Amino acid sequence: MQSDDVTSTAKFLRDKYALVGVGETEYSRNSGRTTRHMAVEAIRSAMEDAGLGPHDVDGMMSYSAMDSTMSPTVSADLGIRLNFYADIIGGGSSIECLIGLAIGAIEAGMCRTVALFRSMNGATAVRMGGSGRGSAQLSGGALFNTVYGQTSPAQMFSHSFMRHMYEYGTTPEQVAHVKVFHSWGASNNPKAYYDQRVTVSDVMESRVIARPLHLLDCCVETDNATCIIVTSAERARDCRKRPARILSVVGRCTKPRGDDHHQHGPLTRVAGYYAKDLLWPNAGVGPEDVDITGSYDAFSFTTLLQLEDYGFCAKGEGGEYVSDGTIALGGRRPNNTAGGHLNEGYTHGMNMVIENVRQLRGEADDYCPVDADGNRQHTYDYSEGGCRQIRDAEITANLGWAMPNTGSALVLRRG
Amino acid sequence: MPLVGSWLGMNLTVDEADAENHAFFAWCGKHELRLQRWASNGMLSYPPSTACPWDGSTEYEWAPVEGRGTVMSYSEVHHPILPAFRDQVPYLLLLVELDAQRGEPSEHEALRVLANLVTPEGELAPPEVVRRVGIGTRVRMMFADVGEGFALPQWTIDDSVAEETPWRYPQE
Repeated sequence: MQSDDVTSTAKFLRDKYALVGVGETEYSRNSGRTTRHMAVEAIRSAMEDAGLGPHDVDGMMSYSAMDSTMSPTVSADLGIRLNFYADIIGGGSSIECLIGLAIGAIEAGMCRTVALFRSMNGATAVRMGGSGRGSAQLSGGALFNTVYGQTSPAQMFSHSFMRHMYEYGTTPEQVAHVKVFHSWGASNNPKAYYDQRVTVSDVMESRVIARPLHLLDCCVETDNATCIIVTSAERARDCRKRPARILSVVGRCTKPRGDDHHQHGPLTRVAGYYAKDLLWPNAGVGPEDVDITGSYDAFSFTTLLQLEDYGFCAKGEGGEYVSDGTIALGGRRPNNTAGGHLNEGYTHGMNMVIENVRQLRGEADDYCPVDADGNRQHTYDYSEGGCRQIRDAEITANLGWAMPNTGSALVLRRG
Repeated sequence: MPLVGSWLGMNLTVDEADAENHAFFAWCGKHELRLQRWASNGMLSYPPSTACPWDGSTEYEWAPVEGRGTVMSYSEVHHPILPAFRDQVPYLLLLVELDAQRGEPSEHEALRVLANLVTPEGELAPPEVVRRVGIGTRVRMMFADVGEGFALPQWTIDDSVAEETPWRYPQE
């Protein structure tokens, strides 16, 4: 545990900032348009959601794998003049990090309201799973992994997953439940790219990618843009929707030996082991207080490892935790209720935060009827094609993942 | 002089400016495993780095290390990403813990070296050999020549010890 002094500054900002607008494009595998075009749509949608016009937004940040448009371009398309922008490199774990940086930028007086976006043609342009690009000429660090045929995230992370099975007896069937339960949420989410419920057998019978991962243990790479707007709690009062208050945030926290975490170990430990000591004291709540988790699911196994190391269950008990119904829609603490990266679409983390904002508002966009005033009448019937709103959700936690050695996290409360 | 080589059709280069990697692979070219031993604390480290991972000091020598160890974890790749590996599946990614400095300087630390499983001749292991290997398998390092004075470390089953049944992923 870090000393109180180290984390005290963040404690003073607890509850003082909020997420006030969320928006996204369609999740597809054939967008047929530019990342610029999609980003503008997602940001406009989030601004509309927040009730903000072009003169209300004066900060912008984005993250990308050098595969996207940038803030000066899309802000101009939206009639926004920026007092601050920063486009950073990175995929998973970036959104929680950017939310923290946006708070810092506002706190420093650099701007007042920040739109954060990620726009990617993740299926039709740059695939994270790779297509062999960049393998023609290898040098430097590539001579320690790529040259051995270890280049995709599935291949790189599998050592941690396999070791977890060896040390704790975690079974492939237990892990497959992550995909199964996330598919339940997706089946009640009209936006989800994969919207059919799947079974453990479906996962186990899908082809092997890199043991222990089957095809259905891996997320679906899609084309889409997503946006979240951050501002102060005071300004949030003037926004259209109920805010999601930020209790605490951790950005890109690492294990020792951030370059090669295998050297330090334990192999099954992920960055959340360290991030939790910032996250929970700053939030003033603990895992037991959380109603919904958003544990990153680039792979079924990443969800499990993070839930363990952030303290939702004991180390080694993740297999049971993810398979006993706790994380299912209708369970005690559902995870990735919109379907996550395994089903809804791939955004490098942002759609999982968007979902939790909607859950905290009571506005999960499921198949429940909408009344004459535009309010969704949630039935809390979680059968296929029904409701996915969690009753009285008050506190959510997002656990973002870049790789075993880097993670970010965010705790929100209903504002 | 840069080290230049080729492996499974991929072109490999190490420029002299990449000094630590250049020295490491030049020792591999002589079929010797040598790692940086830091003057400040006598510790070995892997992979090559510009400073000591424990204290940031910069004085070191290239110390000979025995290339033997135990498989700590692995992945068996069935879906190749790189064109070079399309005809090689399934192949193994072995994360091997060297005997040297195991459990030092703290309980969970060790020198862990990733490479493939190869035959004693240096070819990627065929499926029947792949199936013999898992967590706990004893392996020894061999060097696959890829160019003039340039070789890649690889792992092969250590036949000098009795083979025990390793732990393998349950679904075969």
